Amino acid sequence: MQDVSFWTVIIAVLGGAIRVGTPFIFVSLGECLTEKSGRINLGLEGNLVMGAMVGYAVSYLSGSPWLGVLAAAGSGCVLGILHALLCQHKRVNDIAVGIALMLFASGLAFFYGKPFIQPSAPRLPSLEFGEWSSSPVVRAALDINALFFVGAALAPLLSWFLLRTRWGNAVRVVGESGDAALAMGIPINRVRLLSTMAGGAFAGVGGCYLSLYYPGSWSEGLSSGQGLMAVALVIFARWNPMYCLYASLLFGAAAALGPALQSVGINWGYYLLNAAPYILTLVIMIVTSDRRGTLSGMPGEFVK
Amino acid sequence: MFNEKQLVLNRRLFIQGCTAAGVGACGAMSSLSAVAAAKVTMGFIYVGPRDDYGYNQAHFEGKSALAKLDWAKAVDEENVPETIEVQKTMESMINLDGAQVLFPTSFGYFDPHILAMAKRYPEITFLHCGGLWDAQKHPKNVGSYFGYIDEPVYVAGVVAGHMSKSKKLGFIAAMPIPQVLRNINSFALGARSADPSVTVTVVFTGGWSNPVKEAESANSLIDQGADVLTCHVDSPKVVVETAEKRGVFSCGYHTNASVLAPKGFLTGAEWNWSGVYTNYAQLIRDGKPIPNLIRGGLKEGVVKVSPYGSAVSPAAKEAADAVIKQFMEGNMVVYKGPIKDNTGKEVIAAGAQHAQQDIWLESMDWLAEGVVGTTK
Repeated sequence: MQDVSFWTVIIAVLGGAIRVGTPFIFVSLGECLTEKSGRINLGLEGNLVMGAMVGYAVSYLSGSPWLGVLAAAGSGCVLGILHALLCQHKRVNDIAVGIALMLFASGLAFFYGKPFIQPSAPRLPSLEFGEWSSSPVVRAALDINALFFVGAALAPLLSWFLLRTRWGNAVRVVGESGDAALAMGIPINRVRLLSTMAGGAFAGVGGCYLSLYYPGSWSEGLSSGQGLMAVALVIFARWNPMYCLYASLLFGAAAALGPALQSVGINWGYYLLNAAPYILTLVIMIVTSDRRGTLSGMPGEFVK
Repeated sequence: MFNEKQLVLNRRLFIQGCTAAGVGACGAMSSLSAVAAAKVTMGFIYVGPRDDYGYNQAHFEGKSALAKLDWAKAVDEENVPETIEVQKTMESMINLDGAQVLFPTSFGYFDPHILAMAKRYPEITFLHCGGLWDAQKHPKNVGSYFGYIDEPVYVAGVVAGHMSKSKKLGFIAAMPIPQVLRNINSFALGARSADPSVTVTVVFTGGWSNPVKEAESANSLIDQGADVLTCHVDSPKVVVETAEKRGVFSCGYHTNASVLAPKGFLTGAEWNWSGVYTNYAQLIRDGKPIPNLIRGGLKEGVVKVSPYGSAVSPAAKEAADAVIKQFMEGNMVVYKGPIKDNTGKEVIAAGAQHAQQDIWLESMDWLAEGVVGTTK
């Protein structure tokens, strides 16, 4: 009996890593791209909330959840553009703008989201990879949303884009040294605009995953800071898209561990387990901190 | 809606009159208080959104019932955190809206916020939803009202015990405070009265509103074989919907959640604040003293049982109806010995019993036999 429980916990945690981790993947990849271009967009929490609301609302009104995903990406785009346009002026601090936009977008989403808290919108379907198994645990864990695969494919794609393409190089040059980019004739503001816009769109998609798939309904407490955690995640993922993917899954697993253990009757220290993702953030930050002052992989523009 | 229209009309007429008499400048000011005095003005404060299928919606529905009375005016504000913010909200309701009675509904509003405001505004009445008022310690213009919601929770437990095939039930709870533990225990006692082999597994999420964790807890419990889920968090929406998606039964909490799970919804425990708030309004209008403590269960109409879902079997209905009848007659005691806790210790001896009104139940710190979980 104990053995069976052990395996169900492991499977539930692995399934949870995918279920809970997916929005982290999108937000952290979006932030990764934005930061690579030399800007920090702390407002992605706002994009996440806005994407969740817009996605749910559009899915409810149009009847098509995929249209909701598109609309969520669009709303993230708009917020990204707003951030980039505000930040391109001299002496405008991108962190302050990010916080302002986060509060603005959350407030706006709460306001326009009011009528959509109660109704049930059509949700994104999941792909059932567990058909072969008779165990409901395995089947539940292998019930995976297509957006997870999009996110998982996005990570190597973004890696390849940044390292191997001309456009990716332009993003990195702009992020490493504005002067060098100027000398090379790269339009700094346009590159940053496009990076922030795309990053914002990713975060919007992450948000609609929350409202349209898991947990699968729009409410004001839906995000509870996941967007901010994903931004922190980028730092210890060393601005590497593949590490962002792994770190997101680790965060998902950490969040799934507490409920999984309690459901088999292991109740030891559940407060501690519920705080696991936050403790993990702090521990990784401390362990990976670098005495020389700058972190490897950090875009050079941040050091100035 | 109706009230506000009338208010505007009155004010307009009043101002017209004032202007005619040549005192238009002060007219707008005095008209407000004149209207307020004619009406009973009540202010409601919620910690979350008022349409969340949960605790806050239940209060909002109660507040909305006051709209039918043309001599009462109700104002409200949602999403007010349990911080100094709530004091500002109370102050603005008193000074700007002219509220005579305030209903700050969240547990954490009481100490220190309500107590501080009660000292500052001794002429205003503060009524808090919860059981915290103590005649020895607290000001006289403060009071508490609460319902024995564990009565309908017990009934839901009876239905769940009948309907479960795996004999495993799941309970998703915010945190181990006495009120929550009492619901868990009543649910378990109800279920085990139907079938003594039933167990209830508890998962604490650590917060009143944490949708991702609630969904994860629901999935974990279903993975472990639970086939009826219920919860005590701010909004049962995520839990009920997840249960429906995974094809298991669910019992609601706070408000009627049957539309969220047309196939698997069994029943649930609901508040019935409309009656309570209307009674308060009547007392204030008549100038009668407001009791500092109001409590009630199914019999007093403070709480109710959600209509049974389509899946509920006739046998389960019959058993539940019999229990409801006993509650309505006032003969039902949930906490009747012998009751052991889940470590095997006897907490209520054979022959002893604790009726609903018993204050001892409000410091509950144990989980009954058959509950898998811990309060530590």
